[in-house]
Amino acid sequence: MIQPIPPGTRDVLPDEMRELRAIQSALLGTFESAGFREVRTPTLEYANALELGDGASAGSAYRFFDERGELLALRTDMTIPIARLVADRFRELEPPHRLSYFANAYRAVTPQRGELREFGQAGVELIGVPGHGGTAEVVELLDRSLSAVGLGESVIGLGHSRLWSALLEDAGASPATIARASELLASHDLVGVEVALRDSGELGGDAVAEAVELSQLRGGAEVLERARELGGEKFSEAVARLTGTFEEVSGRRLSRQVLLDLGMLREIGYYTGSTIEVYDAAVGEIIGGGGRYDGLMSKFGLELPAAGFTLYIERIHKAQLERGRGSADV
Amino acid sequence: MFDELRNPDGKLKLAVPRGALLGEVLDLLDKVGIETGEVRGDSRSLVFDGGQLTLVTMRPSDVPTYVSAGAADVGITGKDVLLEQGDRPVYELVDLGIGPCRMVLATQKGDVAPTEHQRRLGMMKIATKYKRIAERYFEEQGRQVELVEVKGSIELAPLVGLADGIVDLVATGRTLAENNLEVREEILSSTGRLVANRVSYRIRREEVDDLAARLRRVVNEAPGVA
Repeated sequence: MIQPIPPGTRDVLPDEMRELRAIQSALLGTFESAGFREVRTPTLEYANALELGDGASAGSAYRFFDERGELLALRTDMTIPIARLVADRFRELEPPHRLSYFANAYRAVTPQRGELREFGQAGVELIGVPGHGGTAEVVELLDRSLSAVGLGESVIGLGHSRLWSALLEDAGASPATIARASELLASHDLVGVEVALRDSGELGGDAVAEAVELSQLRGGAEVLERARELGGEKFSEAVARLTGTFEEVSGRRLSRQVLLDLGMLREIGYYTGSTIEVYDAAVGEIIGGGGRYDGLMSKFGLELPAAGFTLYIERIHKAQLERGRGSADV
Repeated sequence: MFDELRNPDGKLKLAVPRGALLGEVLDLLDKVGIETGEVRGDSRSLVFDGGQLTLVTMRPSDVPTYVSAGAADVGITGKDVLLEQGDRPVYELVDLGIGPCRMVLATQKGDVAPTEHQRRLGMMKIATKYKRIAERYFEEQGRQVELVEVKGSIELAPLVGLADGIVDLVATGRTLAENNLEVREEILSSTGRLVANRVSYRIRREEVDDLAARLRRVVNEAPGVA
């Protein structure tokens, strides 16, 4: 008799477990040597605490009542629980706070897609270090973390959450049009973006062409050159901010190129500045992500800038296997 | 070539849809300098050497599956397929203008209009292959329908009383007419699209952008395509 387990969950057997542990210990060593100390938060939280962080998209798929009728939820990521932890526990301590975590998070899945309902995350939160310096510290640590797990060839993508809306605001688009176009861009429908902007009648042909170009602008420092020729005042400001971050990042000793991606729009709603994604040619999915969320801590009553990244453990493992490196200690 | 297929740094893999769209897709690929001779032959093979890239052939509805997983870097399929599988994340890069068709609500000739039918009975039974598109369409209009998912020739459903109407893809409308059906409402129009995997879109950006630019040029030059 076989007792099934829920779709999107899995047992881990000894061989794989050892490989996953190797990834964890490589990352833990890297995080610790950079001064990031590990914390743990409860798997279960009050649903309203998680929604406080990002009501729109991080609402948990798994909510239930406890024995007193309180609404509990399984976390969808670790950034929000750590924001809560810092606001509640470290209020009196002098920032910055450098924290790391290894934890499972939970998201809804579509059946039969091979998606995981429960998945491992390893990441860091840098709370209290503002601006380019803070973001560059996070990117530098991400670079070293990827090398530590043997993924020297994976690529770090860097974008900025403000670019897209600033360009459209400069061009005179209404909030409704910006919302619609942003939704289409976040779902990667670039054909739809062009049609929506054109059909809105609010933008001239040149402005539409600029927006379409921006949505696909990615590469090295040369894309910043090009971006400086686009948009108006608000957009220039956003480009200047990304340029500052990119220069700060470039000044660090990274073992890989950072790919600028000006059309990057991450689905999670709390990003306020730089956004980060991690790609590896051996895996078709994004293997990590992060960015800057300066508005998040204030939702928990503490005004502090914050940035961080998370790596998806199972996908890191998959990338290692595809690249023919069975274990993390390469 | 089979070893090459699993190599992440190998030739770019393009998912090519078999079926109604295939002829037009191959003509387009010819124009941008991709070799299609092998695909046009009567080989049972599924993978072909296209010169600069590898062509992998599949059902149009499988294209989002392969591309979103990165098993193919880029692909061509209909907007209808992308809408039906909207939860599979892929970049939609170019409207190729090929295979234009419409998604419609059709009922038997001589039947009362679906709106009238709905007013009297409150609920309609609709057969379709495109469950999500149909669901979204009726939901947005606040209409209550019972959807019956069928796999084969949908036109049959209203004729034998399985459903009051159908939601289906129509190119010329001939199949509808021959089965005593007529278009009542147009839900959306669709054409073929070039899509890309999210990771390939970044890591292989020069090749992806180059292919997209060449296709866009050919599409814009072609007279008479939308």
